[in-house]
Amino acid sequence: MSRASLNDGSHVVKSRRVLAVVFQTAMASDSKAMARPANLTLYSYYWSSCAHRVRIALNLKGLEYEYKAVNLLKGDQFDPEFEKINPLKFVPALVDGDVVVADSLAIILYLEDKYPQHPLLPQDLKKKAMNLQVASIVSSSIQPLQGFFARQFFEKKISLDEKLTWSQYHVNKGFAAIEKLIKEIAGKYATGDEVQLADVFLAPQIFAGVPRFQIDMSLYPTLARLNEAYAELPAFQAALPHRQPDAPSTS
Amino acid sequence: MASASAESASCPKKLTLYSYWRSSCSHRVRIALNLKGLDYEYKAVDLSKGEQFDPEFEKLNPVRLVPVFVDGDVVVADSFAIILYLEDEHPQFTLLPRDLKKKALNLQVANIISSSIQPLQMLSVLNFIEEKISSDEKVAWAQRHINNGFTAIEKLLEGSAGKNATGDKVQLADVFLAPQIYVGVTRFQIDMSQYPTLARIYEAYAEHPAFQAAHPNRQPDAFPSSSQSC
Repeated sequence: MSRASLNDGSHVVKSRRVLAVVFQTAMASDSKAMARPANLTLYSYYWSSCAHRVRIALNLKGLEYEYKAVNLLKGDQFDPEFEKINPLKFVPALVDGDVVVADSLAIILYLEDKYPQHPLLPQDLKKKAMNLQVASIVSSSIQPLQGFFARQFFEKKISLDEKLTWSQYHVNKGFAAIEKLIKEIAGKYATGDEVQLADVFLAPQIFAGVPRFQIDMSLYPTLARLNEAYAELPAFQAALPHRQPDAPSTS
Repeated sequence: MASASAESASCPKKLTLYSYWRSSCSHRVRIALNLKGLDYEYKAVDLSKGEQFDPEFEKLNPVRLVPVFVDGDVVVADSFAIILYLEDEHPQFTLLPRDLKKKALNLQVANIISSSIQPLQMLSVLNFIEEKISSDEKVAWAQRHINNGFTAIEKLLEGSAGKNATGDKVQLADVFLAPQIYVGVTRFQIDMSQYPTLARIYEAYAEHPAFQAAHPNRQPDAFPSSSQSC
Protein backbone atom coordinates (compact mmCIF):
# COMPACT_ATOMS: atom_id res chain seq x y z
CA MET A 1 0.00 0.00 0.00
CA SER A 2 1.50 3.27 -1.08
CA ARG A 3 2.06 5.96 1.49
CA ALA A 4 0.82 8.57 -0.92
CA SER A 5 -2.39 10.44 -0.20
CA LEU A 6 -5.60 8.96 -1.45
CA ASN A 7 -5.60 11.35 -4.34
CA ASP A 8 -3.39 14.13 -5.49
CA GLY A 9 -6.04 16.67 -4.77
CA SER A 10 -6.74 18.52 -1.63
CA HIS A 11 -8.92 16.04 0.22
CA VAL A 12 -6.51 13.92 2.16
CA VAL A 13 -3.82 16.30 3.20
CA LYS A 14 -3.29 15.44 6.82
CA SER A 15 -1.39 12.21 6.88
CA ARG A 16 1.51 11.74 9.17
CA ARG A 17 3.19 9.02 11.09
CA VAL A 18 1.87 8.92 14.61
CA LEU A 19 4.51 7.82 17.03
CA ALA A 20 3.16 5.48 19.59
CA VAL A 21 3.60 6.75 23.07
CA VAL A 22 5.20 4.05 25.16
CA PHE A 23 2.75 3.61 27.94
CA GLN A 24 4.48 2.64 31.11
CA THR A 25 1.52 0.81 32.52
CA ALA A 26 0.88 -1.15 29.33
CA MET A 27 4.48 -2.24 28.89
CA ALA A 28 5.08 -2.98 32.55
CA SER A 29 2.16 -5.36 32.63
CA ASP A 30 3.33 -7.26 29.58
CA SER A 31 7.09 -7.11 29.68
CA LYS A 32 7.68 -10.14 27.50
CA ALA A 33 5.81 -8.69 24.49
CA MET A 34 7.52 -5.53 23.33
CA ALA A 35 5.76 -3.77 20.43
CA ARG A 36 6.69 -5.56 17.22
CA PRO A 37 7.67 -3.40 14.30
CA ALA A 38 4.54 -2.99 12.25
CA ASN A 39 3.68 -1.18 9.05
CA LEU A 40 0.24 0.00 9.90
CA THR A 41 -1.98 2.58 8.30
CA LEU A 42 -5.19 3.75 9.91
CA TYR A 43 -7.87 5.50 7.89
CA SER A 44 -9.67 7.66 10.40
CA TYR A 45 -11.67 10.81 10.93
CA TYR A 46 -10.97 12.75 14.07
CA TRP A 47 -14.47 12.70 15.55
CA SER A 48 -15.53 9.26 14.33
CA SER A 49 -16.17 7.33 17.54
CA CYS A 50 -15.55 4.06 15.70
CA ALA A 51 -12.11 5.27 14.62
CA HIS A 52 -11.54 6.56 18.16
CA ARG A 53 -11.90 2.99 19.49
CA VAL A 54 -9.18 1.71 17.17
CA ARG A 55 -6.85 4.60 18.04
CA ILE A 56 -7.15 3.67 21.72
CA ALA A 57 -6.43 0.01 20.97
CA LEU A 58 -3.38 0.86 18.86
CA ASN A 59 -2.07 3.14 21.60
CA LEU A 60 -2.61 0.54 24.32
CA LYS A 61 -0.62 -1.97 22.28
CA GLY A 62 2.15 0.55 21.66
CA LEU A 63 1.72 0.33 17.90
CA GLU A 64 3.00 3.02 15.60
CA TYR A 65 0.82 3.79 12.60
CA GLU A 66 0.37 6.22 9.77
CA TYR A 67 -2.76 8.31 10.15
CA LYS A 68 -4.68 8.89 6.94
CA ALA A 69 -7.53 11.31 7.33
CA VAL A 70 -10.83 10.68 5.58
CA ASN A 71 -12.95 13.79 5.88
CA LEU A 72 -16.50 12.50 6.18
CA LEU A 73 -18.05 15.95 5.92
CA LYS A 74 -16.31 16.57 2.61
CA GLY A 75 -17.22 13.12 1.30
CA ASP A 76 -13.70 11.64 1.17
CA GLN A 77 -15.29 8.27 1.95
CA PHE A 78 -16.75 8.23 -1.58
CA ASP A 79 -13.33 8.52 -3.17
CA PRO A 80 -12.86 5.41 -5.40
CA GLU A 81 -9.45 4.75 -3.85
CA PHE A 82 -10.96 4.66 -0.38
CA GLU A 83 -13.81 2.50 -1.59
CA LYS A 84 -11.21 -0.12 -2.58
CA ILE A 85 -10.00 -0.08 1.03
CA ASN A 86 -13.51 -0.25 2.48
CA PRO A 87 -16.44 -0.89 0.13
CA LEU A 88 -18.81 0.12 2.91
CA LYS A 89 -17.24 3.59 2.78
CA PHE A 90 -16.87 4.06 6.52
CA VAL A 91 -13.94 4.69 8.78
CA PRO A 92 -12.01 3.15 10.41
CA ALA A 93 -10.03 0.91 8.11
CA LEU A 94 -6.63 -0.60 8.86
CA VAL A 95 -3.96 -1.68 6.44
CA ASP A 96 -1.24 -4.02 7.74
CA GLY A 97 0.90 -5.18 4.87
CA ASP A 98 -1.39 -7.16 2.62
CA VAL A 99 -4.16 -7.34 5.19
CA VAL A 100 -6.92 -4.75 4.86
CA VAL A 101 -9.59 -4.76 7.57
CA ALA A 102 -12.47 -2.41 8.19
CA ASP A 103 -15.00 -2.17 11.01
CA SER A 104 -13.67 -1.32 14.44
CA LEU A 105 -14.51 -4.62 16.17
CA ALA A 106 -13.01 -6.67 13.34
CA ILE A 107 -9.90 -4.47 13.36
CA ILE A 108 -9.44 -4.71 17.11
CA LEU A 109 -9.89 -8.48 17.18
CA TYR A 110 -7.33 -8.70 14.36
CA LEU A 111 -4.93 -6.60 16.44
CA GLU A 112 -5.53 -8.93 19.39
CA ASP A 113 -4.32 -11.89 17.35
CA LYS A 114 -1.47 -10.24 15.53
CA TYR A 115 -0.14 -8.00 18.33
CA PRO A 116 -0.98 -9.73 21.59
CA GLN A 117 0.82 -7.25 23.85
CA HIS A 118 -1.59 -5.63 26.29
CA PRO A 119 -4.35 -8.15 25.56
CA LEU A 120 -7.79 -6.60 25.48
CA LEU A 121 -9.72 -9.80 26.09
CA PRO A 122 -9.39 -11.78 29.31
CA GLN A 123 -8.70 -15.51 29.37
CA ASP A 124 -11.69 -16.10 31.63
CA LEU A 125 -14.56 -16.93 29.26
CA LYS A 126 -17.26 -15.27 31.34
CA LYS A 127 -15.33 -12.00 31.50
CA LYS A 128 -14.39 -12.28 27.86
CA ALA A 129 -18.06 -12.69 26.92
CA MET A 130 -18.95 -9.68 29.06
CA ASN A 131 -16.38 -7.54 27.26
CA LEU A 132 -17.68 -8.67 23.88
CA GLN A 133 -21.25 -7.98 24.96
CA VAL A 134 -20.46 -4.44 26.09
CA ALA A 135 -18.53 -3.82 22.84
CA SER A 136 -21.46 -5.17 20.87
CA ILE A 137 -24.04 -3.08 22.72
CA VAL A 138 -22.04 0.03 21.89
CA SER A 139 -21.29 -0.93 18.29
CA SER A 140 -24.70 -2.37 17.39
CA SER A 141 -27.31 -0.96 19.76
CA ILE A 142 -26.05 2.56 20.40
CA GLN A 143 -23.61 3.99 17.86
CA PRO A 144 -25.34 3.03 14.58
CA LEU A 145 -28.58 4.56 15.79
CA GLN A 146 -27.05 7.84 16.90
CA GLY A 147 -24.23 8.01 14.37
CA PHE A 148 -23.78 11.02 12.15
CA PHE A 149 -25.64 9.72 9.11
CA ALA A 150 -28.66 8.53 11.10
CA ARG A 151 -28.80 11.92 12.82
CA GLN A 152 -28.56 13.76 9.51
CA PHE A 153 -31.47 11.72 8.17
CA PHE A 154 -33.72 12.45 11.16
CA GLU A 155 -32.87 16.11 11.21
CA LYS A 156 -33.60 16.45 7.51
CA LYS A 157 -36.76 14.36 7.47
CA ILE A 158 -38.25 15.24 10.83
CA SER A 159 -36.68 17.95 12.94
CA LEU A 160 -33.67 18.96 15.00
CA ASP A 161 -35.55 18.25 18.24
CA GLU A 162 -36.61 14.84 17.06
CA LYS A 163 -33.04 14.03 16.11
CA LEU A 164 -31.87 14.86 19.63
CA THR A 165 -34.70 12.92 21.29
CA TRP A 166 -33.99 9.91 19.12
CA SER A 167 -30.27 9.96 19.87
CA GLN A 168 -30.79 10.49 23.58
CA TYR A 169 -33.22 7.60 23.73
CA HIS A 170 -30.74 5.14 22.25
CA VAL A 171 -27.74 6.37 24.21
CA ASN A 172 -29.68 6.30 27.47
CA LYS A 173 -31.12 2.86 26.76
CA GLY A 174 -27.66 1.48 26.00
CA PHE A 175 -25.98 3.18 28.97
CA ALA A 176 -28.70 1.96 31.34
CA ALA A 177 -28.17 -1.59 30.14
CA ILE A 178 -24.38 -1.42 30.38
CA GLU A 179 -24.55 0.18 33.84
CA LYS A 180 -26.62 -2.79 35.03
CA LEU A 181 -24.31 -5.29 33.35
CA ILE A 182 -21.06 -4.01 34.79
CA LYS A 183 -22.12 -2.55 38.13
CA GLU A 184 -21.18 -5.67 40.11
CA ILE A 185 -18.04 -6.59 38.18
CA ALA A 186 -16.40 -3.24 37.48
CA GLY A 187 -13.14 -2.49 39.23
CA LYS A 188 -10.89 0.41 38.31
CA TYR A 189 -12.20 -0.20 34.80
CA ALA A 190 -15.29 -1.69 33.25
CA THR A 191 -14.73 -5.38 33.91
CA GLY A 192 -11.96 -5.37 36.49
CA ASP A 193 -8.74 -3.56 37.25
CA GLU A 194 -7.25 -3.77 33.79
CA VAL A 195 -8.26 -1.83 30.71
CA GLN A 196 -10.03 -4.24 28.38
CA LEU A 197 -12.18 -4.28 25.25
CA ALA A 198 -15.24 -2.90 27.03
CA ASP A 199 -13.27 0.21 28.02
CA VAL A 200 -12.01 0.69 24.47
CA PHE A 201 -15.62 0.83 23.27
CA LEU A 202 -17.08 2.74 26.21
CA ALA A 203 -14.66 5.65 26.28
CA PRO A 204 -15.49 7.01 22.80
CA GLN A 205 -19.22 6.42 23.25
CA ILE A 206 -19.33 8.34 26.52
CA PHE A 207 -17.08 11.02 25.08
CA ALA A 208 -19.33 11.46 22.04
CA GLY A 209 -22.61 11.02 23.87
CA VAL A 210 -22.27 13.25 26.85
CA PRO A 211 -21.67 16.67 25.34
CA ARG A 212 -23.48 16.07 22.07
CA PHE A 213 -26.67 14.60 23.52
CA GLN A 214 -26.56 16.11 27.01
CA ILE A 215 -26.67 12.75 28.70
CA ASP A 216 -27.04 13.00 32.46
CA MET A 217 -24.19 10.80 33.66
CA SER A 218 -25.38 10.98 37.27
CA LEU A 219 -27.84 8.28 36.18
CA TYR A 220 -24.89 6.00 35.43
CA PRO A 221 -22.45 6.30 38.34
CA THR A 222 -20.22 3.41 37.22
CA LEU A 223 -19.91 4.78 33.69
CA ALA A 224 -19.30 8.28 35.05
CA ARG A 225 -16.50 7.00 37.26
CA LEU A 226 -14.95 5.06 34.37
CA ASN A 227 -15.09 8.14 32.17
CA GLU A 228 -12.99 10.02 34.70
CA ALA A 229 -10.53 7.14 34.93
CA TYR A 230 -10.09 7.07 31.13
CA ALA A 231 -9.25 10.77 31.15
CA GLU A 232 -6.13 9.95 33.19
CA LEU A 233 -4.73 7.34 30.82
CA PRO A 234 -2.15 8.43 28.23
CA ALA A 235 -3.36 5.87 25.66
CA PHE A 236 -6.87 7.28 25.88
CA GLN A 237 -5.71 10.90 25.97
CA ALA A 238 -3.66 10.52 22.80
CA ALA A 239 -6.66 9.02 20.99
CA LEU A 240 -9.02 11.91 21.73
CA PRO A 241 -10.55 13.57 18.68
CA HIS A 242 -9.04 17.00 19.22
CA ARG A 243 -5.53 15.45 19.39
CA GLN A 244 -5.73 13.98 15.90
CA PRO A 245 -3.87 15.40 12.90
CA ASP A 246 -7.13 16.27 11.11
CA ALA A 247 -8.82 17.98 14.04
CA PRO A 248 -9.59 21.60 13.19
CA SER A 249 -7.42 23.96 15.13
CA THR A 250 -10.44 25.78 16.54
CA SER A 251 -12.55 22.71 17.51
CA MET B 1 -31.83 -29.37 16.31
CA ALA B 2 -28.79 -31.27 15.06
CA SER B 3 -27.70 -34.41 16.88
CA ALA B 4 -24.91 -34.12 19.44
CA SER B 5 -21.36 -34.75 18.24
CA ALA B 6 -19.09 -37.17 20.07
CA GLU B 7 -17.29 -34.28 21.76
CA SER B 8 -20.40 -32.57 23.03
CA ALA B 9 -21.73 -35.89 24.35
CA SER B 10 -18.94 -35.67 26.92
CA CYS B 11 -20.09 -32.16 27.98
CA PRO B 12 -23.25 -32.77 29.97
CA LYS B 13 -23.86 -29.13 31.04
CA LYS B 14 -27.30 -27.95 30.13
CA LEU B 15 -27.45 -25.47 27.31
CA THR B 16 -30.39 -23.11 27.01
CA LEU B 17 -31.13 -20.60 24.30
CA TYR B 18 -33.62 -17.80 24.82
CA SER B 19 -34.83 -17.02 21.34
CA TYR B 20 -37.65 -15.65 19.24
CA TRP B 21 -38.41 -17.47 16.04
CA ARG B 22 -38.21 -14.40 13.81
CA SER B 23 -35.27 -12.71 15.56
CA SER B 24 -32.44 -12.72 13.04
CA CYS B 25 -29.92 -12.37 15.88
CA SER B 26 -31.33 -15.53 17.49
CA HIS B 27 -31.30 -17.19 14.06
CA ARG B 28 -27.50 -16.69 13.87
CA VAL B 29 -26.95 -18.46 17.18
CA ARG B 30 -29.27 -21.33 16.25
CA ILE B 31 -27.19 -21.93 13.12
CA ALA B 32 -23.94 -21.87 15.12
CA LEU B 33 -25.30 -24.31 17.72
CA ASN B 34 -26.47 -26.66 15.00
CA LEU B 35 -23.14 -26.51 13.14
CA LYS B 36 -21.37 -27.44 16.38
CA GLY B 37 -23.81 -30.27 16.99
CA LEU B 38 -24.95 -28.85 20.32
CA ASP B 39 -28.27 -29.88 21.79
CA TYR B 40 -30.02 -27.13 23.70
CA GLU B 41 -33.28 -26.26 25.34
CA TYR B 42 -35.23 -23.66 23.38
CA LYS B 43 -36.95 -21.06 25.53
CA ALA B 44 -39.19 -18.78 23.56
CA VAL B 45 -39.36 -15.07 24.35
CA ASP B 46 -42.31 -13.65 22.47
CA LEU B 47 -41.20 -10.17 21.45
CA SER B 48 -44.62 -9.38 19.97
CA LYS B 49 -46.12 -9.82 23.44
CA GLY B 50 -43.36 -7.90 25.21
CA GLU B 51 -41.97 -10.94 27.05
CA GLN B 52 -38.52 -9.37 26.88
CA PHE B 53 -39.73 -6.92 29.55
CA ASP B 54 -40.50 -9.72 31.98
CA PRO B 55 -38.44 -9.04 35.17
CA GLU B 56 -37.06 -12.60 35.16
CA PHE B 57 -35.79 -12.18 31.63
CA GLU B 58 -34.36 -8.75 32.43
CA LYS B 59 -32.24 -10.36 35.17
CA LEU B 60 -30.72 -12.61 32.52
CA ASN B 61 -30.23 -9.79 30.04
CA PRO B 62 -30.62 -6.17 31.18
CA VAL B 63 -30.57 -5.13 27.53
CA ARG B 64 -33.86 -7.04 27.14
CA LEU B 65 -33.05 -8.54 23.79
CA VAL B 66 -32.73 -12.04 22.47
CA PRO B 67 -30.72 -14.17 22.04
CA VAL B 68 -29.42 -15.11 25.48
CA PHE B 69 -27.44 -18.30 26.00
CA VAL B 70 -27.02 -20.17 29.26
CA ASP B 71 -24.24 -22.73 29.62
CA GLY B 72 -24.22 -24.04 33.18
CA ASP B 73 -23.51 -20.95 35.30
CA VAL B 74 -22.38 -18.84 32.36
CA VAL B 75 -24.96 -16.46 30.88
CA VAL B 76 -24.03 -14.72 27.65
CA ALA B 77 -26.19 -12.30 25.71
CA ASP B 78 -25.68 -10.79 22.27
CA SER B 79 -25.28 -13.03 19.25
CA PHE B 80 -21.71 -11.99 18.54
CA ALA B 81 -20.58 -12.54 22.13
CA ILE B 82 -22.45 -15.87 22.27
CA ILE B 83 -20.92 -17.20 19.07
CA LEU B 84 -17.38 -16.23 20.06
CA TYR B 85 -18.02 -17.88 23.44
CA LEU B 86 -19.12 -21.04 21.63
CA GLU B 87 -15.92 -20.93 19.58
CA ASP B 88 -13.86 -21.05 22.78
CA GLU B 89 -15.95 -23.39 24.89
CA HIS B 90 -17.21 -25.75 22.18
CA PRO B 91 -14.50 -25.66 19.54
CA GLN B 92 -15.84 -28.48 17.37
CA PHE B 93 -16.62 -27.20 13.87
CA THR B 94 -14.64 -23.99 14.20
CA LEU B 95 -16.29 -20.95 12.66
CA LEU B 96 -13.20 -18.77 12.48
CA PRO B 97 -10.22 -19.70 10.32
CA ARG B 98 -6.67 -19.68 11.71
CA ASP B 99 -5.47 -17.56 8.81
CA LEU B 100 -5.63 -13.98 10.12
CA LYS B 101 -6.62 -12.45 6.80
CA LYS B 102 -9.55 -14.83 6.36
CA LYS B 103 -10.47 -14.50 10.02
CA ALA B 104 -10.56 -10.72 9.71
CA LEU B 105 -12.74 -11.00 6.61
CA ASN B 106 -15.23 -13.18 8.48
CA LEU B 107 -15.28 -10.78 11.42
CA GLN B 108 -15.75 -7.83 9.10
CA VAL B 109 -18.69 -9.41 7.28
CA ALA B 110 -20.29 -10.39 10.61
CA ASN B 111 -19.86 -6.85 11.90
CA ILE B 112 -21.21 -5.17 8.78
CA ILE B 113 -24.36 -7.17 9.34
CA SER B 114 -24.56 -6.74 13.11
CA SER B 115 -23.71 -3.03 13.20
CA SER B 116 -24.47 -1.52 9.81
CA ILE B 117 -27.50 -3.46 8.63
CA GLN B 118 -29.54 -5.30 11.27
CA PRO B 119 -29.87 -2.53 13.90
CA LEU B 120 -31.15 -0.16 11.24
CA GLN B 121 -33.92 -2.47 10.06
CA MET B 122 -35.16 -3.51 13.49
CA LEU B 123 -38.89 -3.31 13.95
CA SER B 124 -38.68 -0.54 16.56
CA VAL B 125 -36.66 1.67 14.22
CA LEU B 126 -38.96 1.06 11.28
CA ASN B 127 -42.07 1.72 13.37
CA PHE B 128 -40.58 5.05 14.43
CA ILE B 129 -39.87 6.05 10.85
CA GLU B 130 -43.31 5.00 9.74
CA GLU B 131 -44.95 6.95 12.55
CA LYS B 132 -42.89 10.11 12.10
CA ILE B 133 -42.46 10.13 8.34
CA SER B 134 -44.23 7.51 6.26
CA SER B 135 -44.51 3.86 5.37
CA ASP B 136 -42.72 4.42 2.05
CA GLU B 137 -39.82 6.08 3.80
CA LYS B 138 -39.60 3.15 6.20
CA VAL B 139 -39.18 0.67 3.37
CA ALA B 140 -36.75 2.93 1.50
CA TRP B 141 -34.66 3.31 4.68
CA ALA B 142 -34.45 -0.43 5.28
CA GLN B 143 -33.68 -1.20 1.65
CA ARG B 144 -30.98 1.45 1.52
CA HIS B 145 -29.09 0.05 4.48
CA ILE B 146 -29.44 -3.56 3.37
CA ASN B 147 -28.36 -2.73 -0.17
CA ASN B 148 -25.39 -0.66 1.02
CA GLY B 149 -24.29 -3.55 3.23
CA PHE B 150 -24.84 -6.25 0.61
CA THR B 151 -23.01 -4.20 -2.04
CA ALA B 152 -20.02 -3.93 0.27
CA ILE B 153 -20.07 -7.60 1.26
CA GLU B 154 -20.40 -8.74 -2.38
CA LYS B 155 -17.22 -6.78 -3.17
CA LEU B 156 -15.38 -8.01 -0.07
CA LEU B 157 -16.06 -11.64 -0.95
CA GLU B 158 -14.66 -11.30 -4.48
CA GLY B 159 -11.78 -13.69 -4.76
CA SER B 160 -12.54 -15.37 -1.43
CA ALA B 161 -15.92 -17.04 -1.86
CA GLY B 162 -16.01 -20.72 -2.62
CA LYS B 163 -18.98 -22.97 -1.92
CA ASN B 164 -19.56 -20.59 0.98
CA ALA B 165 -18.79 -16.97 1.71
CA THR B 166 -15.06 -17.13 2.44
CA GLY B 167 -14.14 -20.51 1.04
CA ASP B 168 -15.55 -23.98 0.83
CA LYS B 169 -16.23 -24.36 4.54
CA VAL B 170 -19.13 -22.72 6.35
CA GLN B 171 -17.68 -20.01 8.58
CA LEU B 172 -18.76 -17.06 10.73
CA ALA B 173 -19.64 -14.90 7.74
CA ASP B 174 -22.17 -17.51 6.58
CA VAL B 175 -23.72 -17.72 10.06
CA PHE B 176 -24.43 -13.97 9.90
CA LEU B 177 -25.28 -13.79 6.21
CA ALA B 178 -27.99 -16.45 6.08
CA PRO B 179 -30.41 -14.74 8.50
CA GLN B 180 -29.76 -11.30 7.03
CA ILE B 181 -30.38 -12.39 3.45
CA TYR B 182 -33.51 -14.20 4.59
CA VAL B 183 -34.87 -11.00 6.14
CA GLY B 184 -33.81 -8.95 3.14
CA VAL B 185 -35.56 -11.19 0.68
CA THR B 186 -38.70 -12.01 2.63
CA ARG B 187 -39.41 -8.67 4.31
CA PHE B 188 -37.81 -6.02 2.12
CA GLN B 189 -37.89 -7.44 -1.40
CA ILE B 190 -34.16 -7.08 -1.93
CA ASP B 191 -33.21 -7.91 -5.50
CA MET B 192 -30.55 -10.57 -5.01
CA SER B 193 -29.68 -10.65 -8.72
CA GLN B 194 -27.51 -7.61 -7.92
CA TYR B 195 -25.44 -9.81 -5.63
CA PRO B 196 -24.62 -13.00 -7.53
CA THR B 197 -22.20 -14.37 -4.93
CA LEU B 198 -24.61 -13.77 -2.07
CA ALA B 199 -27.48 -15.23 -4.07
CA ARG B 200 -25.47 -18.36 -4.86
CA ILE B 201 -24.33 -19.02 -1.31
CA TYR B 202 -27.84 -18.32 -0.01
CA GLU B 203 -29.08 -21.16 -2.17
CA ALA B 204 -26.35 -23.38 -0.71
CA TYR B 205 -27.52 -22.57 2.84
CA ALA B 206 -31.00 -23.78 1.95
CA GLU B 207 -29.54 -27.25 1.34
CA HIS B 208 -27.56 -27.43 4.56
CA PRO B 209 -29.19 -29.30 7.49
CA ALA B 210 -27.78 -26.97 10.19
CA PHE B 211 -29.23 -23.95 8.40
CA GLN B 212 -32.51 -25.71 7.65
CA ALA B 213 -33.04 -26.66 11.29
CA ALA B 214 -32.37 -23.05 12.39
CA HIS B 215 -34.92 -21.58 10.00
CA PRO B 216 -37.52 -19.38 11.74
CA ASN B 217 -40.42 -21.47 10.51
CA ARG B 218 -38.97 -24.60 12.13
CA GLN B 219 -38.74 -23.19 15.64
CA PRO B 220 -41.03 -24.32 18.48
CA ASP B 221 -42.60 -20.84 18.71
CA ALA B 222 -43.16 -20.33 15.02
CA PHE B 223 -46.66 -19.53 13.83
CA PRO B 224 -47.50 -18.42 10.34
CA SER B 225 -49.72 -15.46 11.20
CA SER B 226 -47.04 -13.46 13.07
CA SER B 227 -45.82 -10.29 11.44
CA GLN B 228 -43.38 -9.34 14.18
CA SER B 229 -39.64 -9.71 13.84
CA CYS B 230 -36.50 -7.96 14.83
